[in-house]
Amino acid sequence: MEEKRTRRYILSFGMLAILLLALLIWNIHSGSLHLSVSEVLHILLFRSGENAAVIWDIRLPRILAAVLLGGALSVSGFLLQTFFANPIASPFILGISSGSRLMVSLALVGALAHGLIIGSALMITAAFVGAMLCMGFVLLISQKVRKMSLLIICGVMIGNICSAVTDFVVTFADDFNIVNLHNWSMGSFSGISWENIYIMAPVVLAALLLTFLLSKPISAYQMGEVYARNMGVNIRAFRLSLILLSSLLSACVAAFAGPISFVGIAVPHLVKSLFQTAKPLLIIPGSFLGGAAFSLFCDLIARTAFAPTELGISSVTAVLGAPVVIYIMVRRRMQAG
Amino acid sequence: MDTYKIRTEHMTVGYRGVPLIRDIEIHVRKGEILSLIGPNGAGKSTILKSIIRQLALIGGTVYLDGRAMRSLSEQTVAQSMSVLMTERVQPELMTCGDIVSTGRYPYTGLMGVLSAADRRKVREAMALVHAEELYDRDFSQISDGQRQRVLLARAICQEPEVIVLDEPTSFLDIRYKLELLSMLKQLVREKQLAVVMSLHEIDLAQKVSDHILCVRHNAVDRYGTSEEIFSGGYIAELYGITSGSYNEAFGFPELQAARGQPQVFVIGGGGSGLPIYRRLQQHGIPFAAGILHENDMDYPVASMLAAEVISEHAYQPITKQTLQSACAVMDACRYVFCPCQTFGPLNQANEHLRQRAGRKLCDEIPDLPCEA
Repeated sequence: MEEKRTRRYILSFGMLAILLLALLIWNIHSGSLHLSVSEVLHILLFRSGENAAVIWDIRLPRILAAVLLGGALSVSGFLLQTFFANPIASPFILGISSGSRLMVSLALVGALAHGLIIGSALMITAAFVGAMLCMGFVLLISQKVRKMSLLIICGVMIGNICSAVTDFVVTFADDFNIVNLHNWSMGSFSGISWENIYIMAPVVLAALLLTFLLSKPISAYQMGEVYARNMGVNIRAFRLSLILLSSLLSACVAAFAGPISFVGIAVPHLVKSLFQTAKPLLIIPGSFLGGAAFSLFCDLIARTAFAPTELGISSVTAVLGAPVVIYIMVRRRMQAG
Repeated sequence: MDTYKIRTEHMTVGYRGVPLIRDIEIHVRKGEILSLIGPNGAGKSTILKSIIRQLALIGGTVYLDGRAMRSLSEQTVAQSMSVLMTERVQPELMTCGDIVSTGRYPYTGLMGVLSAADRRKVREAMALVHAEELYDRDFSQISDGQRQRVLLARAICQEPEVIVLDEPTSFLDIRYKLELLSMLKQLVREKQLAVVMSLHEIDLAQKVSDHILCVRHNAVDRYGTSEEIFSGGYIAELYGITSGSYNEAFGFPELQAARGQPQVFVIGGGGSGLPIYRRLQQHGIPFAAGILHENDMDYPVASMLAAEVISEHAYQPITKQTLQSACAVMDACRYVFCPCQTFGPLNQANEHLRQRAGRKLCDEIPDLPCEA
């Protein structure tokens, strides 16, 4: 049985890796500009040719962003689900993404009004502040109400308030800024630059590494706080690190790609079903791979389905992810009943 | 080294800085079981939660194996104390083997990967509670009884010196209650563990515990050996039993007796009277029981349920006076039952009573008049 499980884990990782690789190739190859496989290969290897800029400056950063941010979003969702012991907790549902978005839009508009342009690091910082503020609210509420459905409703409300204020800010921003902001506030991987990637990659990767190192206490926490404490987990420090890491991960996503719904719920759930376990040691890397693949796939659809018109990434993730969430809730209700 | 595995000094417990129970002093040696009993809401769980550091102490000190617990790291405590609490564990996609494995947590490295030795200990712990066959089963899909066994295995797997259990037998049916407590008792004997637990089943607490701490009205009411606590009508007092009664020697309850002028006289003895006493109690008919020796097994139940008991001192022949008073009581009754069928030198008087009953003598319980 132990061997059977190990085989399942290896197969699952293999599947995710192949899926990701296939989507990487597909993504880099497809787009409004048709390039043959050999052309793409040539450009990738020698960084020359007439269309090198399309691949190197547009498609590659976008793909990397989708991989990093999609993975970050899923892992952040997994952390929040563990923290709140709630399978549909995610940065988007709990309003954390919207909080980040609000702070980023305020920072952007405020800076632009003074003729400044905000760098990636500042964007992340603003998003992180927004995430922590909303997380603080959610935590306050979660101490008062033990009922999980109520917590989710409060999160959704906080999210809506933040979105409303964001819309307000965007509406009153200068015309030129709106065009930029609009795209971003819809949620999109477009317009990511290498400068963004250089900041985003180390932050996301470091947060992911730290999260992975927390696998052991996370697995203890899955048994509930009482047992986790008895297993020797320093609950206060652990909870704090979990909050910081999940907020940081979702802040990165919100800063660069705006609101992306349902990835944080759907992917960890699908990955757990694939692995048939919830062990963080496996699910954290699994969620990263799965989230990366899922985002690449959704971005591919967003880019190509109605080309040249681009869809908001959330339109795609919602259509694919929401059914999974409904399925989780119905199944839980049936088990409880 | 302290002779006590777990000891408290002026422990004051409560919530959010507000003291609830003050100056709790308990001490448990290895191989001993301490049970906390008392009415619902008296504060048993609060005490347990404070011992395991789930709640911050308001005052005093808890010593784990002679060392003040507040100075110990989480890891150290985890390696010598494990718990089985009432919090419902509903993990996602975890097998029973996974659950038990979490007991090895304090012994694994940075990433929590189990070694071969750890795996063997998991198997051993599951074997101890007869749950080996559950190893690959999903934890959310087993019965309550199996779940408690798996959680007990988890607690054992942690190789503790002290186990703290909060109502481990609640929600279990009688078979599993007995099974779990028997296993616990055996483990305590074999592994020389010290156990602190709260129990709702006082009858079982009496039988399984070495010492008992009684908690009432947010205070420690009494603390002593099982024999000291279960005597002198204390249990009825502790729980404020007003209807019905509790037999402390044997550990069983009886419902409230029908009071009033006895309508029925029951000539019992040797256990023959028990079903009739209980049937009469259920019908709400006041009855008299006699003549019973005080060491007869009918006697404790008769004294809990009968309106009047005519008894004789243990091992003594029934005296004339006793017989006379029995006759007087019986004559005032409308019906007589005589479930007692054997008459020897010591209960000759009962045979006499039966003959005297004459036409009042009934055989069948269903014939009972229910007018009373």
